[in-house]
Amino acid sequence: MEAPAAPRLRRWLPELAMVAALLILPFVFDRWLGSIDLFTRILIWGIFGLGFDLLFGRAGLLSFGQGAFYGAGGFVAAYLLTSGTFTSVWLAMAVGVAAAAVFSVMVGFLALRRVGIYFTMITLAFGELSYFLENSPLASLTGGENGLPGVPAPSIEFGSFDYHFAGSWPSYQLVAAFYFLGFVFARFIVRSPVGAVLTAIKQNTLRTSALGHDVRAYKLLVFVLAAVFAGLGGVQLGIFQSYMPPDAFGLETSGQLVIQTIIGGAGTLIGPTVGAAIWLTLRDLLQLVPAIGDLWKFFLGLLFVLLVTFMPNGVVGTVTRSWNLHVRRAPSPPVVIAGPGAAAAREALLAPLPPQPGAAPAPFALDVRDVQKSYGGIHAVGGVTLQLPPGRFHAVIGPNGAGKSTFLRLLAREETPDRGQILLHGVDVTKIDVTAAYQAGMAKSYQINQLFPQLTVRENLRIGALGRYRGRLRVDIFRAVDGFAPVEEIVAALIEELGLTACADLVVNTLPYGEKRRLELGLALASRPSVLLLDEPLAGLSPAEREGVKQLIRNLRKGRTIILVEHDMDAVFELAEQITVLHEGRKLAEGTPKEISSDPRVRAAYLGGVAA
Amino acid sequence: MPTLPQFLSQAFNGIALGSLLALIASGLSIILGTLGVLNFAHGAMFMLGAYAGFVVLSHWDSFAGALALSALVMFLVGFATERGLIRFYYRRPPEDQILVTFGLGIMMVEAVRYIFGPLSQQVPMPSWGQGIVNFGFFLYPLYRVEVIGFVAALLLGFYLLLYRTRIGLVVRAGIEDATMVELLGTNVRRMFLVVFCIGVMAAGIGGVIYAPLAAVIPNMGEAFLVQCFVVIVIGGLGSFPGAIVGGIVVGEILSLTTLFNPAYAQAAIYAVMTLVLIVRPRGLFGAIGRQ
Repeated sequence: MEAPAAPRLRRWLPELAMVAALLILPFVFDRWLGSIDLFTRILIWGIFGLGFDLLFGRAGLLSFGQGAFYGAGGFVAAYLLTSGTFTSVWLAMAVGVAAAAVFSVMVGFLALRRVGIYFTMITLAFGELSYFLENSPLASLTGGENGLPGVPAPSIEFGSFDYHFAGSWPSYQLVAAFYFLGFVFARFIVRSPVGAVLTAIKQNTLRTSALGHDVRAYKLLVFVLAAVFAGLGGVQLGIFQSYMPPDAFGLETSGQLVIQTIIGGAGTLIGPTVGAAIWLTLRDLLQLVPAIGDLWKFFLGLLFVLLVTFMPNGVVGTVTRSWNLHVRRAPSPPVVIAGPGAAAAREALLAPLPPQPGAAPAPFALDVRDVQKSYGGIHAVGGVTLQLPPGRFHAVIGPNGAGKSTFLRLLAREETPDRGQILLHGVDVTKIDVTAAYQAGMAKSYQINQLFPQLTVRENLRIGALGRYRGRLRVDIFRAVDGFAPVEEIVAALIEELGLTACADLVVNTLPYGEKRRLELGLALASRPSVLLLDEPLAGLSPAEREGVKQLIRNLRKGRTIILVEHDMDAVFELAEQITVLHEGRKLAEGTPKEISSDPRVRAAYLGGVAA
Repeated sequence: MPTLPQFLSQAFNGIALGSLLALIASGLSIILGTLGVLNFAHGAMFMLGAYAGFVVLSHWDSFAGALALSALVMFLVGFATERGLIRFYYRRPPEDQILVTFGLGIMMVEAVRYIFGPLSQQVPMPSWGQGIVNFGFFLYPLYRVEVIGFVAALLLGFYLLLYRTRIGLVVRAGIEDATMVELLGTNVRRMFLVVFCIGVMAAGIGGVIYAPLAAVIPNMGEAFLVQCFVVIVIGGLGSFPGAIVGGIVVGEILSLTTLFNPAYAQAAIYAVMTLVLIVRPRGLFGAIGRQ
């Protein structure tokens, strides 16, 4: 499909605007704001910040140790050049960046074992570690407290043509070129499926992993990407100053990066650059004010505290947010499945994928053998066996605390049973994680909505569909997130099927509960699962909405094995072919709805242990 | 190879430093555990304590008086910080809490730098702390022995407060599940205020005690803050015993590594932290399920 000229131009508008800014702003700084060098410095922080914005702004990982990679990149390149090991500055740059990346793999491997506050503390500790390593044990290589002076600038040679990137303007050209390349690269990442998964991780990490994305791997990926940007920034710093300072490693550096990102606005890519411009310009200007002078940093700290409190989206974030608050227009015209035969087309698109192409068909879609799970001394699930042939619609009921939800969590591989075995289409899945279970065709919809609140309905469903389509991890940075035709078709069919057409491009947290509930179901369906686990899909819905969801489940059951946990007995007896009754973690009864409704033990369990 | 007296002397230094770290880290840890706030201004508050002690001592030659007045000042600092800033952040994401306390720490350091200048201040050793103890086979400065004793007494008091009083029971329940405690009818907000003040006072008193041993400079808290993070990661989040054991472990590593090669002292604590993260990610005393 040929995109019209206007949208194509619009797609590249940020890049064009960036070119214009990089052409004009150095003159502005030269004339009114001090010097070109100040702007060059801002752009070096900006390169550093592009990576941090991917890490913190996109994936939500607050690192206080980015100085480690800034310093590592800068010092490795500076050492290679000043020691005479390398004569090519370009090659030293590349090795410096690579060194930062390698270092980040090691730090990331450890720091990403923990989340949230712990992650922040550990990154900060590693930042300090690298500072001390530079300062003492490695001082013979790095110059210790003195740093490394005499870092040369690169040059371009073509026969007699020789351009040396030294001095204010040539330095600016070099840094601006790298900044622009970094910006374009970061924009590709943001628009790619990888960028979408990172955003999803920030908004709901658990659901992202339950939708088939390998969260640990993506976090490590973005951590390394951020370190590549940091390393490049550090390398540029050394070349620009012809001196690599030891405080590049310091907490001061990592902290300033965080501050600038918050001031400018996280998640906007240019936010850290804008923040650096504000911080560095204000620093220079405030120091000139007699009444402030030495207190400049106090006032910048105050500004920071006020911004965090009252303007958490930062300068850039606040400006762009006032633009498009709720509606996000699809960049290219979305796929629409309508007209005669649309229902059949949707059914085909949403039909379950075969479990293992070419594998011998197993007698049971799901074969649960004597699974048991205890918390402390309590048997939440105490040895339950359940065998479901393909296509069975099975319900699990029981009073509160019977172990139904735990049972579903065990099946979905969110928890590992203490004992027993789970086979999915004849394959043992007892040891795999929830991500692998999703990839194998088993998906769950949650009792409490687990959505991505800041994404639109379409983007939510795309995360789910991409999970199965792309696999656990794929580094397809140069593809557009909406560029997978089969995924877009599934998403379009789902939107239609869920009855969410009118709100397809609305941000989810603006939707009413009923719509969210249907979307929750849709996320589980986006992988075209062959086994579907439904944890109280009707919870909290009005009678009319219940009818809608029941009809939805009926439409989608064809060819699927379904386990339904539900308190709405009318729905259970209406939908299910077979029912298992759990009581205190054990199977109390099993049979057709008719058998169950007349079973005296079931009545007793529900009525509180009074024998009938 | 170091001699035995050298070794013992450094081991004692490790306990002295470690007990201080334990005191400061337990303040940080109890705030983190109860309020869920990682106080990035904790190092700055440690520094404020040292400066408060310095100011009092330059007017009134009583170390005990300096301790008492500084504790009062730190209580007021904690009170003002919690009421004026932190309480607006309980419903914000943890990242925002980190950021705002980080900014607050910068403001504190810069204000002190402006008032007292960037140069180091000397806090005199109290008269009863001067001198040397003869342990028979090695000599050791008296004040450091007193530090160990005093901090041990403070930690014991802290322990009794946490484990033997009603307030302590509520606080420990709050570390497990603050929402549940609130639902059970306890005024959680007031408990948060109390805990925050206690934590800040722990840092500030640590600062006063530490002041005669080192140069008092505006950014003296930074290194302590990071070391406290290491203590918490090793000891386990929100765990009082973890903070104490972690503190002693970190203090000993710093001191004993210095004996062999000072260049590796700082690196060694991070190496141990890394080891703990690999072998036991929740820390020595951390509860299962805590992230």
